[in-house]
Amino acid sequence: MARKILLVNDHIEGLANIDVYRRNGGYAAVEKALKTMTPDAVTEEVKKSGLRGRGGAGFPAGMKWSFLAKPPGVPRYLVCNADESEPGTFKDRYLMERNPHSLIEGMIVSSFALGARTSYIYIRGEYYYVLQILEKAIAEAYEVGLLGKNIMGTDFSLDLYVQPGGGAYICGEETGLIESLEGKRGNPRIKPPFPAVVGVWGCPTVVNNVETIAAVPHIVNMTGDEYAKIGIGRSTGTKLISASGHINKPGVYEIELGLPVEEFIYSDAYCGGISEGRSLKAVVAGGSSVPVLPAELILKTAAGEPRLMSYESLSDGGFATGTMLGSGGFIVYSETACMVRNLWNFSRFYHHESCGQCSPCREGTGWMEKILHNIESGHGKVTDLDLLVDICKKIEGNTICPLGDAAAWPVASHIRHFREEFEYHINNPEKVKDPRHCEKQPFVRKAQSNPA
Amino acid sequence: MFKVTIDGIETEVEPGTTILQAARKIGGEIVPPTMCYYSSLEGSGGYCRTCIVKVSAGSAKDPRPMPKPVASCRTPVQDGMVVQNITSPELLEARAGVVEFLLINHPLDCPVCDQAGECDLQNLGFAHGKEESRYDFPRRVFEKKDIGNKIQLHMTRCILCYRCVKVADQLTPGRVHGVMNRGDVAEISTYIEQAVDNDMSGNMIDVCPVGALTDKTFRFKSRVWFVNPTDAHRNCTKCSGNVVLWFHGTEIYRVSARKNEWNEVKEFICNDCRFENKKIENWVVEGPRKIERKSVISQNHYEQYNQLKAQIEKQRARLANGETPDIGDISLRT
Ligand SMILES: Cc1cc2nc3c(=O)[nH]c(=O)nc-3n(C[C@H](O)[C@H](O)[C@H](O)COP(=O)(O)O)c2cc1C
Ligand code: SF4
Ligand code: SF4
Ligand code: FES
Repeated sequence: MARKILLVNDHIEGLANIDVYRRNGGYAAVEKALKTMTPDAVTEEVKKSGLRGRGGAGFPAGMKWSFLAKPPGVPRYLVCNADESEPGTFKDRYLMERNPHSLIEGMIVSSFALGARTSYIYIRGEYYYVLQILEKAIAEAYEVGLLGKNIMGTDFSLDLYVQPGGGAYICGEETGLIESLEGKRGNPRIKPPFPAVVGVWGCPTVVNNVETIAAVPHIVNMTGDEYAKIGIGRSTGTKLISASGHINKPGVYEIELGLPVEEFIYSDAYCGGISEGRSLKAVVAGGSSVPVLPAELILKTAAGEPRLMSYESLSDGGFATGTMLGSGGFIVYSETACMVRNLWNFSRFYHHESCGQCSPCREGTGWMEKILHNIESGHGKVTDLDLLVDICKKIEGNTICPLGDAAAWPVASHIRHFREEFEYHINNPEKVKDPRHCEKQPFVRKAQSNPA
Repeated sequence: MFKVTIDGIETEVEPGTTILQAARKIGGEIVPPTMCYYSSLEGSGGYCRTCIVKVSAGSAKDPRPMPKPVASCRTPVQDGMVVQNITSPELLEARAGVVEFLLINHPLDCPVCDQAGECDLQNLGFAHGKEESRYDFPRRVFEKKDIGNKIQLHMTRCILCYRCVKVADQLTPGRVHGVMNRGDVAEISTYIEQAVDNDMSGNMIDVCPVGALTDKTFRFKSRVWFVNPTDAHRNCTKCSGNVVLWFHGTEIYRVSARKNEWNEVKEFICNDCRFENKKIENWVVEGPRKIERKSVISQNHYEQYNQLKAQIEKQRARLANGETPDIGDISLRT
């Protein structure tokens, strides 16, 4: 069953215009929340909805909100994380581009719940045209009194600003984002203190992903209890999935959480199967940072259950045989994909994006990339694989922010599940010198009965 | 007071104390090494990860272990916390990993580096590093930058501890240098090749744990273990005037601030004292400076010979009294 919430009006022409948006039920949640509810009641609905953060970590949004410190006389801030830089993830862009007012409505309702009088949307600099769409929409909202002083005649006032980033993945990490928003170098902060206590300008702050915030008006409209009925278990609601790679129909899909992975890949309503009739080799299910899974483990868990698109099902089996839903960046690889090359490409990204504050990430990401480049180009050594695994171990859990982990997980999982392919590269340097070697002569995996 | 146990040794500290400070209170071998933390610079620490420890019990209330090693310099103790440093083999392995990371791109040009002999990285590598490197790629190089006539910057040696940035933020009227770029090409630089020149800028040299920032007026004059450190002071309107003079014979080769047993400066000094007063008549000499840290400087220190002389006197007295001399007492080490 295809239940749509965020993209329900997606087909409507001119939805970015405020009149069209309002004619289709837009800003009803602002009216309902501001006029009939208390801020705490809104937070309560979000808690009941079970909505989890859509930016990657999946932390329950209502719980995050209730942790916000509220010292009297100190302003509080809501920051929307629109930095969207995780490779494989492009859902926030789509949402903001098609339906900017849904984010603005979410910002108003969420700011009301949190008691924020000033809020920010931090958007990656490369999305400049999206920033222009947002600014136009914000101007429209100010004009009709949905932003600014005394919104809809109530005593709630809100100013909303959009701030572009300068082109750094690390500014998507919430404290790096806050530093950057304050005009500083986007180095992640050492936690604690968490943003809920010390955030923007030293004040309590909530940082939420675009998709998380855009879901709030729907929760207010339909009530938290109703929202919680959608989805499966503790994975409530719907999720935007950015599908890319070797599939027939790449794009952004809204799915009800709990959809079987197999259906998502092969159904015509979604990815439409593997392109050129090839077979599935692997999937990175939640953006480049989460562990890769080979075909047999993405379709079924180690216990043989069908794998579902939900936080719990995807992480079933831990990192040995599972992965994470992450940000929903779903990258599909067919048999023609070279996993070594893919990993080198990922590693190059993390090497390039490390902020350089902590030694394990600064030095380790570059080291791993260099070794992988050697292996990929046919200059690898047999000892390199164990060395890579050891470097991962030395980075993981020993850094200021999770980028270090995010750099280590793909490496560890690619080697865990595709070790033979790496060994093939090391032992057949002549064959892999051609960068298209895998397309011409796919490396066929032996099915692993018991993946370690 | 909070009770905390580090490597089996119990101590009591004020709430808010970090694990590192509690360990320093106990002292000895259980104190984690530090490369970026600096007690007299606010907000320092957390970057280098050499000071990591294992928390095997979070607190008396919640005795669960912490899942990952924590930076002891930035983690406050809880009542009943149990910490492992040198008693945890995995932790030592993790630290050896950090040391390896710090060294893979380090030029290891100690033979031509002015910091050699008083370098925290050299000491760290000696104590915790492995003999062989697993890194077989060219080491990182940077374009040379001139940051003025007092301070020499060797970016290749920098470990990005951010101490010099904090000195510039906290001690000088306006910071003109900082970290440019990111990741492993991040570098200390002045954005538009500006000279770092103000009354307190010289302190960047003292806080730098490696030879990335050295004193241009001392460069290549002598190895540090051939100069004799001597406490001295002068009346200064800009700073305390309490310094260390580094003598070569009767000539002052270098002036630096005083460092404590953790190699940290508590009283920063001004550039007048550091660079402009190299005549002995400018100073009131207090006496030889004891170098507390394990350092090659102390190995060659004449203060040691004073101790030796005292020992010999003592043993002579024993002989004169008809007692046997206690040879085990004679030692050149402190
Ligand atoms: C290196 C790194 C990059 C991140 N990039 C993003 C991002 O682009 N967008 C995002 O929403 N969250 C990103 N996150 C997660 C944020 O730190 C934060 O958890 C999130 O914005 C919280 O929102 P949520 O609870 O609504 O998911 C990133 C985290 C890390 C460690
Ligand atoms: S883990 Fe990497 S990106 Fe995160 S703070 Fe450390 S160096 Fe920067
Ligand atoms: S120059 Fe020295 S003090 Fe400054 S960051 Fe580098 S190592 Fe640290
Ligand atoms: S001394 Fe603690 S992290 Fe560097």
